[in-house]
Amino acid sequence: MASRNIICRGILSKKSGFGIRSMSSWWGHVEPALKDPILGVTEAFLADPSPNKVNVGVGAYRDDNGKPVVLQCVREAERRIVGKQNMEYLPMGGNVKMVEETLKLAYGENSSLLKEKRIAAVQALSGTGACRLFADFQKRFKPDSEIYIPVPTWSNHHNIWRDAQVPQKTFHYYLPKTKGLDFESLMVDIENAPNGSFFLLHACAHNPTGVDPTEEQWREISHQLKVKGHFPFFDMAYQGFASGDPERDAKAIRIFLEDGHSIGCAQSYAKNMGLYGQRIGCLSVVCQDEKEAVAVKSQLQQIARPMYSNPPVHGAQIVPTILGDPDLKNLWLQEVKGMADRIIGMRTALKENLEKLGSSLSWQHITDQIGMFCYSGLTPEQVDRLTNEFHIYMTRNGRISMAGVTTGNVGYLANAIHEVTKSGSK
Amino acid sequence: MRPQVSLSGAHGSPTDRRLSALARHLADAHSAFSMDSQNANQTISPSPTAAFNGDSVFANVVRAPEDPILGVTVAYNKDTSPIKLNLGVGAYRTEEGKPLILNVVRRAEQMLVNDQSRVKEYLPIIGLADFNKLSAKLIFGADSPAIQENRVTTVQGLSGTGSLRVGAEFLAKHYHQRTIYIPQPTWGNHPKIFTIAGLSVKTYRYYDPSTRGLHFQGLLEDLGSAPTGAIVLLHACAHNPTGVDPTLEQWEQIRKLMRSKGLLPFFDSAYQGFASGSLDADAQAVRIFVADGGECLAAQSYAKNMGLYGERVGALSIVCRTADVASKVESQLKLVIRPMYSNPPIHGASIVATILKDRDMFHEWTIELKAMADRIITMRQKLFDALSSRGTPGDWSHIIKQIGMFTFTGLNTEQVAFMTKEYHIYMTSDGRISMAGLSSKTVPHLADAIHAAVTRIV
Repeated sequence: MASRNIICRGILSKKSGFGIRSMSSWWGHVEPALKDPILGVTEAFLADPSPNKVNVGVGAYRDDNGKPVVLQCVREAERRIVGKQNMEYLPMGGNVKMVEETLKLAYGENSSLLKEKRIAAVQALSGTGACRLFADFQKRFKPDSEIYIPVPTWSNHHNIWRDAQVPQKTFHYYLPKTKGLDFESLMVDIENAPNGSFFLLHACAHNPTGVDPTEEQWREISHQLKVKGHFPFFDMAYQGFASGDPERDAKAIRIFLEDGHSIGCAQSYAKNMGLYGQRIGCLSVVCQDEKEAVAVKSQLQQIARPMYSNPPVHGAQIVPTILGDPDLKNLWLQEVKGMADRIIGMRTALKENLEKLGSSLSWQHITDQIGMFCYSGLTPEQVDRLTNEFHIYMTRNGRISMAGVTTGNVGYLANAIHEVTKSGSK
Repeated sequence: MRPQVSLSGAHGSPTDRRLSALARHLADAHSAFSMDSQNANQTISPSPTAAFNGDSVFANVVRAPEDPILGVTVAYNKDTSPIKLNLGVGAYRTEEGKPLILNVVRRAEQMLVNDQSRVKEYLPIIGLADFNKLSAKLIFGADSPAIQENRVTTVQGLSGTGSLRVGAEFLAKHYHQRTIYIPQPTWGNHPKIFTIAGLSVKTYRYYDPSTRGLHFQGLLEDLGSAPTGAIVLLHACAHNPTGVDPTLEQWEQIRKLMRSKGLLPFFDSAYQGFASGSLDADAQAVRIFVADGGECLAAQSYAKNMGLYGERVGALSIVCRTADVASKVESQLKLVIRPMYSNPPIHGASIVATILKDRDMFHEWTIELKAMADRIITMRQKLFDALSSRGTPGDWSHIIKQIGMFTFTGLNTEQVAFMTKEYHIYMTSDGRISMAGLSSKTVPHLADAIHAAVTRIV
């Protein structure tokens, strides 16, 4: 050991001149990347010293004091888990119980698909990871396919399918004029897409607009997708958060399943169980039979292996601990409803405040839209004013995270919005 | 190609769908597909996702083979024999054959869970800042000039696998040379990770079966003939699967050669502290490279040395020439991570940071780590002694010369299959055994199996 140290010191002390390029770095040409449009907002918020600052950027739930929340059911589940279980590797497909409970949420407890074992499903790294696994799978097994993405959508959707090297197209979704759904153009786009195209759909609480199709509209969308033989891929990141009722929020998916679609689905527990940083989600693909489901699952695992080998164990244990215990599950349902109700309450408050301030604009969309986000209709310039003059942080597309609105700041927020939107102001 | 089919109503009933499927089968297979614009909405195009025609878009998907390493545990679990032994996956086991959670890890975890002020918010894309800084210090040394000069960017990754993958994706996007040289043999997942990231994988000689040691001459020749700028994967210590490490003098020669050819080192450090029992000693190879002022990448894992396996905790560091470059590189790493999983899991990294930043807990960790390493070294000695006392033919000194969790026994696939079938011993078919899976009680059984395999099968 001693001689080893001496040699070591000898090596470390001389700056060897062997071929070290004293000139340049291998990475001198690397450009600084643009900040992520969503996560960059929180960074900027944190750096702001103003006591009035408001963060309505990232979609993470806050209570009425503006504080992050750990659900009681989660705390209790963690108390039960910690110290009891080991930290061994999960299988590549993740925690089996967690996946089972998660599929029940999306597909329904009594789904025949579950009974017939027709669903290929793996634990994934929250919604992002689930979408990415699917995109890579789509590229590998349907290499000629394209993904149709709604306009607008969560910005990371574009990054995911791009990095998976799946060509992207878009379809109409949001109509700025009405601040609602552009249903006609959406249906035309579905019809015009070549048969067998892949469509990305937000199951509920569309991000960033909060605009969801009605049940009737979902039925028509489902039918048209079937007529064209398109593949529906649902990103469900807000089940429970939209209406407060997870079953109701899965309605679109259930309609498609009734119609006989074989869907793909990304689910996330980031928001509805508050597991954000634990990165807990699930990717499922409906197959024609059990044999195909086994094959598809094995291939999904092959994609996971060179990405992260197997998914994280801690958060995954929390899910079945809660959903598998009737009391804890009930507590969870109550807490989810509580979060959704608070947001709905804040929507109403914001709209009423704006009306009270005498705004001449219509703010009906604030309460029409659903879920965590409100697509305010504010322009990037107006958003910049909100940030620079009022220290209010949101993404430049005018998306307001209602979860960041509290009884304490809703008045301030309404006032600021009124200031930047009232006629005569730039 | 596709026959035209009409339905009687806009919403086809199940009967309609069955009839249309039948009609399609009976129709001329080569009739041209055409959409009659007048009854377009009554024409169903037979297509892969239409439920009624029964085909799936993914009907062409074949079942993938079991992962060769993780598949060993799958097979082991299926075996009902009471004497079965799992020497496959490199996960540490105690003398009682149980998984181990380090005491210091339990303590850290309990602290975290008890802390009511803790939340589960998203980490930044590059992970927990404390964790990143502490991880860099752990591998490069707290006094590393590279760290002090802010030339190192560190991002939290999904254990070793995830850290390697992020590094590989970054290289594929931003590095001018798309070839990576990996040692022969190496961890089975390495070629998959680099290939899928878009790098072209070549190998350099590493293991010499005739000596069961390092093929140093071959290594120098192969790296010497690599194109300028090629990336070279190096196992920082405790080479997986062989357990064969270069000496420090050999590392210095490798360093000189690589720097003279402008080869880019990419270290995989999955066993720091596990190899010799000393964290610093196990980082020496990495540190001599960083000390010469050059650039490199290093992936770290806390799966084994902190027993955090399933929590998926690791880090990728890129040592750059200047702080400015390091900052730009970091911004680009974010673009790789965001579309993969947005941000890394918080739990395991919090445990690591808690331990690394507390003097007492850090010290406690080093003691528990050394105990694990020592137990493995003891198992090596015991196995060697057991084979010697059985007079098993062959030179088995490599068992005690190799280092780390694995021994590359030199057994061939037939011998391995024999040991599995007759003795219920599970290991990878390349002859690699995980010493961590052995105990004093099970060494005799393994020695018997090896003896039988070697004497009965050649």
